[in-house]
Amino acid sequence: MSAFDTIVHLIYLACATAFVVGLHLMNAPATARRGNQVSAAGMGVAILTTVAVLIDGGRINAYAAWALGLGSAAGAVAGLVAARVVRMTAMPQLVSLFNAVGGGAAALIALGEHPATTQAEVTGVLDVLIGALTFSGSLIASGKLAGRVPGRPIIVPYGRLISIGLAVVAVVTAVLVVGFDGGAPALWGAAAAALAAGVLLTLPIGGADMPVVISLLNACTGTAVAMAGFVLESTPLIIAGALVGAAGAILTKLMADAMNRPIGAIIAGGYGTGDAIAVAAG
Amino acid sequence: MSPLLLADLTVFTLGLLVGFEVISKVPATLHTPLMSGANAIHGVVLVGVMLLAATISTPAGYALLAVAAFFAAMNVAGGYVVTDRMLAMFRSRS
Repeated sequence: MSAFDTIVHLIYLACATAFVVGLHLMNAPATARRGNQVSAAGMGVAILTTVAVLIDGGRINAYAAWALGLGSAAGAVAGLVAARVVRMTAMPQLVSLFNAVGGGAAALIALGEHPATTQAEVTGVLDVLIGALTFSGSLIASGKLAGRVPGRPIIVPYGRLISIGLAVVAVVTAVLVVGFDGGAPALWGAAAAALAAGVLLTLPIGGADMPVVISLLNACTGTAVAMAGFVLESTPLIIAGALVGAAGAILTKLMADAMNRPIGAIIAGGYGTGDAIAVAAG
Repeated sequence: MSPLLLADLTVFTLGLLVGFEVISKVPATLHTPLMSGANAIHGVVLVGVMLLAATISTPAGYALLAVAAFFAAMNVAGGYVVTDRMLAMFRSRS
């Protein structure tokens, strides 16, 4: 391990510490804003460090550099503008939209990386399945809160049957990827099944329960990012992903408890009404 | 199992445990900002997309990379700013 690699690793460790400390500070009203700033500072350092890694390695070619640079610049501008202009009441659906694109990015990592080792194949399939499900599920959740998708519980005809079918497709594609080196086509098949499942799972849930669902999907994205970390063998992704996955799960339970809603019943759907009262409470 | 995978699994498990522990008794008013803050943290996926960029060398790959970069950058930039706005309002009201 070169001195440069060691320094990079230590900086990533410091960033992971900033995420944990930041999240901890966000538990109390007095320190919450500072917590978010600590976490943001860690993120900025992690991104700058990765830029240094790319430049130092010299492995990235010019086209990839342009795709990465232009893509991130456009995404950052879109995110900043949306976050700046959004009304306070519309914030939960914007968070859900940001969660959707995060899950989408995690899924695309495994689709772009074409996992080769068994470890990367297993975690790659999990990454694609969880990430794609969160992407479409969060988009529907965001649409429900924004009123673009009807907030009332929508019961899909033969929904259970279709869910079982999609689960079978997911398992078959997973076996193809891991056991038979199915590669990219099987991974895209898994992505398609998970995208459909995300829509199907979110549609029957009433608008009032959406904050809890968004929190759950947020935890899912964290897990997908951790899986992407396994595929890329990147420690910061594994740490931050696991952290958000677990913290998001606890937070989901706290939110459901605060609303007196059993999580199981929320997920099963067809429960409650399309009211948006919970947006303020959540 | 390779030593590298074992190390990754160790880090993953400890990360989960820290995640469970770090959320304590949160007042209900902080639920949404905390969710938003956690959402911003998984924007670290942008680091993953940057690492992916080093392995890509096909036209289809560049397109996928650009979309992934757009998604990840939106998550991380928007996530932190919207959380900060939520918390700024929270503090001015209390």
